[in-house]
Order: sequence, then C-alpha cells, then structure tokens
Amino acid sequence: MLGMSANSVSYNEQGSVESGVDAAQENSSIPASISSGGAASSLFSADYKKNEDLKEMLESNKESLKLEAMKRIVGLIAKGKNASELFPAVVKNVASKNIELKKLVYVYLVRYAEEQQDLALLSISTFQRALKDPNQLIRASALRVLSSIRVPIIVPIMMLAIKEAATDLSPYVRKTAAHAIQKLFSLDPDQKEHLIEVIEKLLKDKSTLVAGSVVMAFEEVCPDRIDLIHKNYRKLCNLLVDVEEWGQVVIIHMLTRYARTQFVSPWREDAVFDENSEKAFYDSEEERRVDQSKPYIMDPDHRLLLRNTKPLLQSRNTAVVMAVSQLYWHLSPKHELSIITKSLVRLLRSHREVQYIVLQNIATMSIQRKGMFEPFMKSFYVRSTDATHIKTLKLEILTNLANEANISTILREFQTYVKSQDKAFAAATIQAIGCCATNISEVTDTCLNGLVLLLSNRDETVVAESVVVIKKLLQTQPSQHSDIIKHMAKLFDNITVPMARASILWLMGEYCEHVPKIAPDVLRKMAKTFTDEEDIVKLQIVNLAAKLYLTNSKQTKLLTQYILNLGKYDQNYDIRDRTRFIRQLIVPNEKSGALSKYARRILMAPKPAPVLQSAFKDRDRFQLGTLSHTLNSQASGYLELSDWPAVAPDQSVRNVEVVEPVKEAGAPALSKSKPAKSNEKFYSDSEEEEGEEEEGSNSEDSSSSSSEESVRESESEENSNDSNKSSSSQSEKSSSESDSEKKKKTLKNKKLQQQKPDSKDRKQKNGNAVKVESRSESESGSESSSSESSSESRSELDSDSDSGTDQKKNTKPKPVQSKPVIKVEKKEVSLLDLDDFSPAPVTTPKSSILSPNLLSDLQGLLISPTASALQASSPVFVPETSHELLHRMTGKGLSAQYRFTRQPCIYGNSMVSLQLTLSNRTDQALENIHISEKSSTGQNIHRFNAIERLEPQASVTVSMGVDFNDSTQTANFQLCTKEDEFSVSIQPAVGELLLPITMSEADFTKEQGKLVGMNESSATITITPENVSSQSVNRKVVSVANLGVIPSGQENIYRFAGKTVSSGSLVLVSVALKDPDAMITINTEKTVMGSMLLRQVKTALTNSGP
Amino acid sequence: MIHSLFLINASGDIFLEKHWKSVVSRSVCDYFFEALERATEPENVPPVIPTPHHFLINVLRHRIYFVAVIQSEVPPLFVIEFLHRVVDTFQDYFGVCTEAAIKDNVVVVYELLEEMLDNGFPLATESNILKELIKPPTILRTVVNTITGSTNVGEQLPTGQLSVVPWRRTGVKYTNNEAYFDVVEEIDAIIDKSGSTITAEIQGVVDACVKLTGMPDLTLSFMNPRLLDDVSFHPCVRFKRWEAERILSFIPPDGNFRLLSYHVSSQNLVAIPVYVKHNISFREGSSQGRFELTLGPKQTMGKAVESVLVSSQLPRGVLNANLNPSQGTYTFDPVTKLLSWDVGKINPQKLPSLKGSMSLQTGASKPDENPTINIQFKIQQLAISGLKVNRLDMYGEKYKPFKGIKYMTKAGKFQVRT
Repeated sequence: MLGMSANSVSYNEQGSVESGVDAAQENSSIPASISSGGAASSLFSADYKKNEDLKEMLESNKESLKLEAMKRIVGLIAKGKNASELFPAVVKNVASKNIELKKLVYVYLVRYAEEQQDLALLSISTFQRALKDPNQLIRASALRVLSSIRVPIIVPIMMLAIKEAATDLSPYVRKTAAHAIQKLFSLDPDQKEHLIEVIEKLLKDKSTLVAGSVVMAFEEVCPDRIDLIHKNYRKLCNLLVDVEEWGQVVIIHMLTRYARTQFVSPWREDAVFDENSEKAFYDSEEERRVDQSKPYIMDPDHRLLLRNTKPLLQSRNTAVVMAVSQLYWHLSPKHELSIITKSLVRLLRSHREVQYIVLQNIATMSIQRKGMFEPFMKSFYVRSTDATHIKTLKLEILTNLANEANISTILREFQTYVKSQDKAFAAATIQAIGCCATNISEVTDTCLNGLVLLLSNRDETVVAESVVVIKKLLQTQPSQHSDIIKHMAKLFDNITVPMARASILWLMGEYCEHVPKIAPDVLRKMAKTFTDEEDIVKLQIVNLAAKLYLTNSKQTKLLTQYILNLGKYDQNYDIRDRTRFIRQLIVPNEKSGALSKYARRILMAPKPAPVLQSAFKDRDRFQLGTLSHTLNSQASGYLELSDWPAVAPDQSVRNVEVVEPVKEAGAPALSKSKPAKSNEKFYSDSEEEEGEEEEGSNSEDSSSSSSEESVRESESEENSNDSNKSSSSQSEKSSSESDSEKKKKTLKNKKLQQQKPDSKDRKQKNGNAVKVESRSESESGSESSSSESSSESRSELDSDSDSGTDQKKNTKPKPVQSKPVIKVEKKEVSLLDLDDFSPAPVTTPKSSILSPNLLSDLQGLLISPTASALQASSPVFVPETSHELLHRMTGKGLSAQYRFTRQPCIYGNSMVSLQLTLSNRTDQALENIHISEKSSTGQNIHRFNAIERLEPQASVTVSMGVDFNDSTQTANFQLCTKEDEFSVSIQPAVGELLLPITMSEADFTKEQGKLVGMNESSATITITPENVSSQSVNRKVVSVANLGVIPSGQENIYRFAGKTVSSGSLVLVSVALKDPDAMITINTEKTVMGSMLLRQVKTALTNSGP
Repeated sequence: MIHSLFLINASGDIFLEKHWKSVVSRSVCDYFFEALERATEPENVPPVIPTPHHFLINVLRHRIYFVAVIQSEVPPLFVIEFLHRVVDTFQDYFGVCTEAAIKDNVVVVYELLEEMLDNGFPLATESNILKELIKPPTILRTVVNTITGSTNVGEQLPTGQLSVVPWRRTGVKYTNNEAYFDVVEEIDAIIDKSGSTITAEIQGVVDACVKLTGMPDLTLSFMNPRLLDDVSFHPCVRFKRWEAERILSFIPPDGNFRLLSYHVSSQNLVAIPVYVKHNISFREGSSQGRFELTLGPKQTMGKAVESVLVSSQLPRGVLNANLNPSQGTYTFDPVTKLLSWDVGKINPQKLPSLKGSMSLQTGASKPDENPTINIQFKIQQLAISGLKVNRLDMYGEKYKPFKGIKYMTKAGKFQVRT
C-alpha cells in the first residue's frame, strides 16, 4: 500500500482515482473481492506456505532468483493453478530492467489484474512513463499491457493513451493502438463514439502494418458504419497484397460485405447468358432483375477489388485462400468463378481440419454450380484413411457432382465404398446412391437393382439402409417394381434390423395390390412372431394388417383380428392405442361413425414421395467461410451479407482527391523534360489567360502523344506537308509563347505534327480502334477513352477544350498558380474517367474544401510504400537507333528492325512499347505478316495486327508491346509470313525497361533515404573531361536509360528518376561530380536492375564522344 | 478472436491453458470431452464444436489436441490455420512437439503464445521474428544461462517486424554461407483391384534451408516451370515475377522454410513407381484365410525404391496372421488388426513378398471386404514429375554461397484397393 500512494501521486486526478478504487471494491466485480478475500485468508493456509518460498525469492535482491520465481509462477498459471496471492510481490518488479523478468511480470499482470484491481493500479504509472519512451517498441508494449489490464477505472487513461498512440509516428505503435481499441471497447462499450473517431483516423492510415488491425477493430466496434470505408476503399484494395496474412483475411471479409452494399449485381447479365445450363440456380435471381434493358457495366471499384484479391489465391495461408474464394463466390460474375476451384482443391492437401472446412464450403458451392468442381471429381474420392466426417463430406460432394455423364464412374466408386469396413460410411454411401437415383432418372433402375443386390449383404446396417432407401425410391415410382417387393419379401426372414423390417412391411402394405399373393403370407408369418418384434415393427404389422383387411378381407380377416387382439394387450401403450384406433376405423360396427366409411381412403391415400436432398441445401444463406456456415446456425456476431442493391449508391463517395497534391510535387519535374534553363523564362510571364491557353495546347499534346501508338517516323519529311491545321496552329502558339524554346521542344512538336496525320492514316487503313493510354489504373477509364479516340481527331479536340475549362474550375481553389502544365496532363486522363463513370465528377463542391484532407493525403502518400505518388512524365530523350530483329538473309527477304519508343505503352500498363519496321526486300509481295499466337517465353506480348500484304521493296511500321516484367530476359517469338516462320528475339537494354517520372528534389532525397542498404548500388568513376558539363551528364544518362531529370539545387549533383515499367518500382539515379571523379548511386528495390543500370551508366559516362 | 487456448493430451488431461482475454473456465472443455467420447477414433472429433456460450475449434497434432475457445463469429480456417502455425512454431523451437517438450519449456511456450496473439488477434507469427524476440532453447544456452544468469529473451528489440521484409531477421551472419533446396514430390494415388490407376496426382514442395549472411536476393528458375499447375508461395516470393517469367525471386527468411508448394497439372500422366500383386482371400465356412502380397518396381527411372512400408487394416474377423516375409519384418496387432510390413529396399531381382495364412474367428462369417493396402516409399534423387531446377542465382551480396539441390519422391496417400 505504500507503493500505492507513492504511485498515485503521478495521477492528475488523484482523488478521483482513489475514490474509484473504493467504488471498484464496493460494487464492481464480486469475484475480485472474493479472491482478494481468499488471498487474505490463505495467509494462514497451506497453500500460502507453498508459495512462501516464491514470495521470498521475488523479494530478494538477486535478479536470477526473481526470474526463477517468475518462471515457476508462469508454470503455475499455465497449469491453471491459482497464483493470485503473489500479486503484491510480483507487481513490484514491473519496472525491472531485466527484459525477460519484465515480460513475465506482464504475463502475470494481464492474467490477474482483473481480480486484483486495486493492486494492479500500482503498475499503471510505469506504463504511462513507458508510453513516452523514445523507443517505439517500448511504447507499443506498454500500450499493449496497459490496454490488456481489464480494470474499469483506467478507462480514461486508456482512452488517452489510445488517442495519443493513434497519431504516433511509428506504424507499429499505431497498430497496437488499433488492437487496444477492441480491448477498450469490450471493457467499456460506452466509449464507442470516441473509439469510432480513432478508428476513422486510423482507417486513413496508409501503412500496411495498421490496415489489418484497424479493420479488425472496425468489425468489432462499428461494423455498421460502412460510410467510414468509402474513402479508404481503394486504398485498402491496393494495399491488400502487402498486408500481413491475418489482416488480409479480415479485410477481405469486410470488403465482401462492403461490396455487396455498394455495387449492383454482376450476375444479371450472366443470368441471361448461361441460363440454360444453370436454370435452377438462376431462378432465384430472376426476381432481382429489375431492369433488363440497361446493359450491365461493372463498377471499376468492383473490378479493382476482384483484381487485387486474385493473386492472394496463391497464398500459403489457407484462411486467406478461403477468404478470397468466398469473395469471388459472393461478388464475381459467374463466369469468373472458376479460378477459385483449383486453389480450393489445393487446400484439400492440407491438414484434416482444413479439409473439413474447405469440403463443407465446396459442398455448398457444388449444389449451385456443379460445373466448377466436376473436372476435379477425382480429388473427392474417399480414401480408407480419411476421418469419418471427411468421408461423409466427400460423399456429399460426389453426390452433388453426379450428372448423366459421370454417374457411372461415380456409382462404380460408390460400389467400393459400400464394401468399406466403416459401416457408418457404407450406410451413408447407400443414402448417396439413393440421392443419385432420384436426381438422375436414367440411373434409377440401375441403382435400384444395385441396392436390391445389397439386400443380400451380410452386414445388417448395409441391408437396413438399403431397404430404407429402396422404400424411398419405390415410393417415387411404385407400379413397375413388384418384383423388387417380392424379392424383399423373400429376404424378410433374414433381416433383423427393426427399421428395415418395418420398412419392408410398410412397402407390403402400401403396394399390397401389386403383390396380392405374398402380402397375406407375410402377414401370416408376422402374426406368429408379433410378440417378439420391436415396437416400430409391431406398428407396421398392425398397419399392414389393416391395409390388407381393406383390400383383401377374405383371406386376411381372421389374421387381422388375431393381430389386433395381440396388439390390444401389448405392453407398449402406443401399440395398444394404435390397435384400438385401427379396429374402430376398419371393422364396421354400429358404433363406428362416419370415419370408417372413409377408412380405405384414409389408409390407402397416395403418399407424396420423400425428397432426398442434400444437407447443404440451405447453407447458402450464410456467407461462405464463416463459422455460422460451418455450424449451419447463426453464431453471435455474424454479420449478414446484404443483397445487392437494385441501384448502385453514389460511386463518387469513394473518390479521393489524391491526384491533386501529387501534381504539385510532380510539377517542376516535367518542365525538366525540357532543358532546365528555359524553365524560368517560360513561366515568368504566366498570365492566367496565357496559362489557360498553354493548358489547352499542352493537353492537346499530351493527349495526342499518349493516344498515338507512339509511332515516330525517324526523319520522313513527307508527312509534315499535310499536317493539319490544329497542330500547326498549335506549334505557332507554342513558338509565340516561348521564344527561348530550345531545339528539343520544337523537335518534339514537329514530331507530334508528323504523328498526327500518320496515325489518322493508319486508323483509316487498318480500321481498328486505337486505344488511348490512360495512366490511371482503372480499366474502364481506358475503355471510355478508347471510344473517344476512335472517333475523329475533331472530337479529340473537343474533349481537350472541355478538359481545359474543367481544369480551370478545379485549379481555382488551389493557391498554386505556377506550372499548370502537368496538371492538365493528368487531369485530362482523370476527366475522361470521371465524365463517363461517375455522375458527380471532380467538379463536386468537395474539391473546394479539400485543403485539409489534401494535406493529410499528401502526407500519407509520402509514407505509403506504393509508388502511386509518382508522376509519370514524357521521355526526355528518345534514341533513334534501331536494332536488327530479322536480317533479310535469314528472313528470306523479309527484314525487320525494332526500336524502343520510350513511350508508355498503349496496350498495357506493364508493357514496353516497341516500334517495328518491316521491309520487303524480295520481288514478290509478302502476305499475312504476323506474330505467331504462341510465344515461346513467358512474356506477355501484344502483337501487331497482321499485315495482309506487303508490296515488294515496301516497308511498313507497326508498334507492339512486350511485358518484359522488369527483366532483361529476351523476348522470343515467331514472326510469320504466309509461308514461313522466323524465330526472332528482342533483348531489351535495362534502361528501356523504365519510364521517366518527375518529383521534387525533396521527394527524391526522401525516397532515396528509404531505398538504402541492399537497395543501393554505387560506383565511383573517373569522368572524361568533356562529360563534366551538366548538359552532357544529363544527355549521357538519359540516352542509356529512360529516366526523368530532377531539378537539382546543388551544382554538382544530378538526379534522375524513373520507375520500372512492369512493377512500377522506383529507380533513382544520382551522379555526384567531384572533379575528376564522379560517384554514381542507384537506388531501387530491383537490385538486379540497379546493378545492371549502374554498369551502363558507368560506361556511358566514361566513354567520350557525343 | 481467439479467447483462450487449452492443450489436451491423449488421455484427456488439460496440461496447459492460456487466456488472451478474460479467463474462461476450463470446464468449457467438458463439451470437447463429450465429443471425444462419441468419436470412435481420435481423428473423428469434429474440428468445430458449438457449446452454449462458446465455440471450440480444435486441431489434433502429435496426439495433442489444441483447443481454441471462440466467442463470436470468426472464419474457422483463420483459427485452424493459426493453431497449426502454433504447432509448427513449437516444433521449430523444441524439435518435437510433445507434451513433455511443452511442459519442459513452459516458460518459452508462454512467452511465444504471448507474442503470437494480442487480444486474440495474431501479432507475430513469422518464425524469424519470434526467434529474434525469444531465443530457442538449446542445451548449450541452458547451461550458459544457469551459470551466467542470462536469459532466453532477446536483449535487442526486434526490428524485423518493422522492415519491408518482415520474414527475415536483420544482421544475419554465417561463416559458411549455404543454401539448400529440397524438391520433394508426393504421389497420391488410388489403385484398384486389377492394378489400374483410379486417380493419381503429384503434389510437390520446395523446402529450403538458407543460411546466408546479410540480405541476399535469390532467384530460382526451373527447366520446365510449365509442369507446375497450381502453386502457393511463401510470402517472400515476388508474385509478379513468377506470373511473367516463371522465376522464383525472393529474399529468403533465415533458416528452414517452405518456399513453394505446387500441384503438377493433371494432364500429365503420373508414373506409378511400384506395383502390388495381391491375393487375399477368405473361404466360406473355413476359419483360415490366405494372404499373399508381392511388391515390384515399375517406372522408377532406374532409381531404387527405398524405405518401403506396407500397412493394412485387416477385417475385424481376423484373429491372427501367420505370415512369412521374404525380406524385412512384419507385425500384426491383434487388437487394432493393423498389419504392417517394413520392407526396406525393393530389389528388382528378388521381389519382396509376404505370404501366409490368417486365422479367423471360428463361426464368424467371411468378411465381405478385402482390406486396403497403404504403401509408403521413398525414391532418392528423383522428382517423379520430371521437374528440374535450372539455376539458382544470388544478388545483393558479394560472397559465393554453397548451393545444393536435392530431389526426392515419396508416396503420399498411396492406396491399393484389393
């Protein structure tokens, strides 16, 4: 208690804490007071004596003794023994320097604090101090223990600590805070509102470490606040792959629920599509099809979720695979569902328990969609070593999968199962055969015959089960099976299982008219053994007697009366009851009322056949992969999956204005793509009007450059003659704007002019739609823009002017007026997205109040590991050199050359765009030049459209895309003509696998700081004197690698930035000149590329020459 | 999520309990014991058992039941996967995961469980991180600890958790740098009475033991990656690279780990390396049965079939078996009726056989089913699918590591129906 008062000084509200302690002792937690009372009384008990030595050890000065004591105490806790009376002695060591001792004390504290609330408070100040520790891990562990102590008095302290930790700089501490939210919530649900605030804040967190834990907290505290997710939806989707596996499971489940409330059903369209094959299933969907007329277009966000979860099917964690599978099951269009099959079947190799859960889910799926698992039918064959519940599940699935085509295989397999030593399993198999027989009418007879054969089986359970199943089957089609009934009657004497005997008797009675001779004989036998039969059999004997009496009273009258008499004096009152009833019903006498007239109709009424159906029929009401699904009953905390909304809620709620700040960051960089000197002059006279014009023209040029198939005729002048008006006026404009434009700029414009007509020509020639490259990730964006661009260039201009005006609105709220250039470029793309897909594009009032969010977004983005903050820019330099792809000698007259255009590829975001020049050097025309469909290496190649005819001595230029996947491995493919096939290969230089990006110098250094250690490679070289000037360094570097130039504040340091085409990993190159040496540093995650690039830059800078 | 954990041994004693939230009384396990009683075999206990207020999710490994107590909805696989991860960690730390090992190391076990879950949600499950936090006990360290009073708990706080490669600990140093890869393939097959294959498939894993200094970046490529139909990776493998180039590129964890598991596409015909000739018959009315079994190699690519073990559950009616093996030894347990024959290596010149008679219970009728024969075997230096590693390269570090690849084919669930 001394320690107590000393400690409580550190509290701000000392009094309240003190009184709180009292309150806690008085009214809260009775077990606590009991146990502390118990501890007090145990002072004199034997139990106390036993722990006395431990107490002494704890109070000694030696660390090792204390540690030993704590270890023994933990041993006691593990065994479930009570060690609570040691609390005072243990809690003193909470501030120990020894880490292991401290950890063990934590273990003890968390276990007993709830019971010893007042004493537990002694330790609080230690944790409070640790919460301020400079070491993030100490802060985190303090919060962890503090929040695990379930003492209601410290709720305000916990709340404070959580709030503070949620804004901690360390993501690890923030993760701990997310965990603490749940703990506090379970301790005091009244804090919900405050906790939701913290959750909201943490949901915005961009760290992968935090994402899983905060979503877990969200699910626990406020799963209904779906509105908190909107703004974070895309971020969560994009982070998902990098989140730790347990977090992935939680996030995927949450997103499944989210998606069902936000998107319209993707199944409608499909329903029309393959209704024939899946009729039964889609019937239920029918009613949901509200308006058929509108074609279904999947929301890009919906697609994003599906796309980003797909790689997780390859996870080693079975829970993740299951989570993705259920997500696809509940969200994907039906034709995409098949990709989950293989992964689910793979899980069947895992542990027994995993198999059990997976099989259950497959059973539910296989009812609705047989086709999914049919190719894997053999994976569900039962092995004798399987556990019983696995066997029955497999059986269930095989039954579900059975159809006309495979039923014979399945039945053959079932035959072996019937002979299994595991009789319960054999019986289940017979049930399964029955199911197959009813479901597939073609095999009903075969099954029946098979089951009849089983009647002579030696094992009773098998026989009994067969009888029961046969009974059910016969009920569905009784007329033609009198011989089976006869057969069963013959076997009757050998069958002893009551259920089976009863079933046969029932059958006899029901169909006695089909077996008029045998039935009375059976009844005669039964009359003899009546007294020895089981109760259910007796009931059926009475039943049979009654039915026979009604149909064949001449032969059976006496027998019936005899049996009814036996029944009258039976020990079982049910039987006495039944007998009395039957007698009144069938034997006509004066007392019997109106009923007996209807006796025949009552007893011989046609009975509906039982429906044999799967036990998993109704399980689909639960979300797959959940505990509730496994148990087939709702577990507490189960969150219902809502039906698809008929009309999708506003999609724009998910829009996050992340692009805005990025542009600022990226702005200076693009201007760098022109020589740096022109920069100031160029912008110095930026009046608003002028700026606007500039925007227009630039968007024009960016759109054309991106809409181009990046075709650049090297120096062919003929095209420039017919350059159209708009581009020439544009070049006028741009030249008037900036007199000091350097050569490169004009050169670029010239090229653009050339490209324009060129592309139009080709459009007309080939008649194929040319897609506009959209740099935004969304697919639909590119779809829409493709339609845009396939129309004439006129409409292109329109869209550009639109973008110009829209842009103006958007830029207004922002204080930045310099460098509007890049903004336009990005905007243009996003406008295309939004115009077509969201009812409320960026012009919503939201954009005007974005500044505070914006800042946080900006910060987040900078922390975020993904390179999304980086702005792509156009290449600084495009080399003209071509490489030989196919020599005319080897190509039998066809020669091909390729060249890297350094443009973002229009065919795919991860492709490198190439330009191919094909020439015919023969004297006949070559026909049907194309790339063979099968590529021999793993690369994904976008082929050019086949060239139908190439005249002699003519040449044609086409473009193609190759996904090198950030490796310099050669891409091999077949170049084919009508007659021949030539194997060709493209070996990319590492510098061509990059795309230039721009960023500010500050960002550059920041990113560079993150990519150190193994991600950094550097070399020192002696630079040749002519390379020392800034221009030559820039030129040299960009000639070997497609990098963007970063403006540098320092004289002798040159910086370049790019990202790899496929994975978008950052590649940072810096060259520091220290006369006469130069230090080249390359920072990238792609270490291999880094080292290769280093070698190339090195050679470029050491070689003299132009 | 996970409320508490109880460890229960084969005889039904709770020998360890751990709670992450409020204490749940161990009486909750009574529901588990009920289920255990109902089950005929230990494996037949249902993995998920509902009780009035809790749900018990259990896994059985090494004859220990790991019973997790759950209070509300949670994906059951989440818990099952976690429990298996706990067992794997114990095995990694103590070499074996037995009741004795757990009891001997109860403090380490407790420390591990404390780190693995926070409030029932997994925190650190990567073995590399855990090993930084809590050093695995070794004999040497135990001796040193008792003398010097130092501890098992890492003095430094772990940094791995915070890095971009959370699976690898930092500051790894070895004098001998080595990387070994084992390609192990298992054949799952069901062979019918006549010797034809009903179903056969190949599942494989690539296990690695990597002891390399620093932060090596490895790439592993296969000669014939197209054989792999369905794969799952350790999180360290760069998925995109695999998608595009079919190359495994990764920064490995330190020590032993499973890099990859795969399934060989079902189009490829599976070579069955052994055949079984059998004649097991019972005559009606006689108390004797005949038992004949001969094993032979088939499609083994010239490699020897080793460590062959045949086991079979004979029908309940069999009292005893009097057999004569041409090689190896056999045992028959009259209680469980389990026959097992340790054959050893198959010599193609002199095929191993097991012949003799079985005595049946007198008066009992002839068993109507013939027993299934389970076969285990190993073939060294062979991956039956034909998968071959092409090359292994290391980047990012300067030294030359020692590299090794080993192939092995094993029987998985290999059954012959008779």
